[in-house]
Amino acid sequence: MNNAIVIGQYVPGNSLVHRLDPRTKITIIFIFVFIVFLANNVWSYAILTTFALASMFTSRVPIRFILKGLLPVWFLIIFTFLLHIIITKEGTPVFEIFSFKVYSGGLIQGFAISMRFFLLILVTSLLTLTTTPIEITDAIESLLHPLKRVKFPVHELALMMSISLRFIPTLLQETEKISKAQASRGVDFRTGPIKDRVEAVVPLLVPLFVSAFKRAEELAMAMEARGYQGGEGRTKLRELKFGKLDIIIYILFSTVIIGLILTRN
Amino acid sequence: MSNKLVEFRNVSFRYGEEQPWVLKNCSFEIYKEEWVAIIGHNGSGKSTIAKLMNGLLFPQEGEIYIDGKLVQEETIWDIRKDVGMVFQNPDNQFVGTTVQDDVAFGMENRGFSREDMLTRIEVVLDAVRMQDYRLTEPHRLSGGQKQRIAIASVLAISPKVLILDEATAMLDPKGRKEIMATVTGVQEKNNVALLTITHDLQEIVQADRVIVMNEGEVWQETTPRTLFSQQQELREIGLDVPFIATLANELKQAGIPISQEPLNHKELLEELWTLYSRT
Repeated sequence: MNNAIVIGQYVPGNSLVHRLDPRTKITIIFIFVFIVFLANNVWSYAILTTFALASMFTSRVPIRFILKGLLPVWFLIIFTFLLHIIITKEGTPVFEIFSFKVYSGGLIQGFAISMRFFLLILVTSLLTLTTTPIEITDAIESLLHPLKRVKFPVHELALMMSISLRFIPTLLQETEKISKAQASRGVDFRTGPIKDRVEAVVPLLVPLFVSAFKRAEELAMAMEARGYQGGEGRTKLRELKFGKLDIIIYILFSTVIIGLILTRN
Repeated sequence: MSNKLVEFRNVSFRYGEEQPWVLKNCSFEIYKEEWVAIIGHNGSGKSTIAKLMNGLLFPQEGEIYIDGKLVQEETIWDIRKDVGMVFQNPDNQFVGTTVQDDVAFGMENRGFSREDMLTRIEVVLDAVRMQDYRLTEPHRLSGGQKQRIAIASVLAISPKVLILDEATAMLDPKGRKEIMATVTGVQEKNNVALLTITHDLQEIVQADRVIVMNEGEVWQETTPRTLFSQQQELREIGLDVPFIATLANELKQAGIPISQEPLNHKELLEELWTLYSRT
């Protein structure tokens, strides 16, 4: 059995950020994503950056985990920075490389946009680093609850998400088993031209799908046998607690928003 | 009459109009707090019996009563409260992301309060000796442990009958032993009737009564001891006779007087040394 399987990037801990109600975290990050675009001068950026870095440090998540989250987007951040330098021709020319003039406006603009990216990725990865997938699922179910009035299947969606989370490790183990079984029958996954390797995936996927469907059928039967009849009249074991801490964070975040509005021009 | 918990009255079942009958005119009863084993080879209709008992399937002919209630569309949700089922594949019946979530699943469906759930979880995990695994994820458990959780989840809603439908078939010998020990303990403490469905004669040893299924019919209703002595007939309907029974039979044929059919190693050993000390 593979004990190393961890779904998502959750880093266990007991910091303030870990203990926050996941709904609070999701709401704040949702708002943060929008207000990042309101910042338009040094001070407003400073406020947002302070907020993001402060939450990062209170979360006590090791920096290397956060950097790992930023890794795939580094390229994007640098690319936008360069793009802005090339395209924006405002302000005074600052210096020249290979007879290409770099303007101060371009530098500022490039820096601002990259900063936005950086902040966005930082706060969203903080969410997944400090919240278990199942907490996120519960929070989404709770936040989407009002949509039940318009017949949106909130409970079903949440159940689907939690069952998927439950079966990810199971299916990974199964994939490994099937790939070993097929390799022992002479299927080559590692060498040869790309076309061959892509084709080699077929004998892996077909049994995996067949078994996934069989599992689904059996699971449905087991759920029914245990009295599952949809979300009506169902109670929940897992509980989300909205506490004092959450209120404090909301107040803090409101001052951040007010500060942002006051400083931007 | 009040002791009758499950009653099959002339039940026949097939999966479709064109299909052959899986069950033919089956009638039997299970009483309160009894341990009944249903045994039969593959395709003898034994698993169908389990599914009929909690309304996952409905018979074409005949009636099934659970604690006096007829099994039909309108009553299945009540009946599923009384009939708990553990299936064969340990993975495909584990719904929760952790052990305690899975145990709670059945209770959540029935609207238990949160406090009740927490105390019940404690109690049932204790009953299957898994109290240290409350927050463990399913992929960190062995097959036997998963099946024990499945038993705990079913016990959490206090059913009157607990059905194990080939619950040990996918486990290794160690897991099998674990499950059989758990089941024995559970039955003694929780006053449930137990129905184990299996094709392994080893697993019927502890049962009070055995129903032998063959070709969709009730072939015999007997005790494990008498069944073990009918080796010829058992072989004819495709069941493996346990080693101890075969050995006892050989000994008898060799002229060693064995008075009663032994069910396990211990009984045969007992028999042999008393015999030896007498001669």
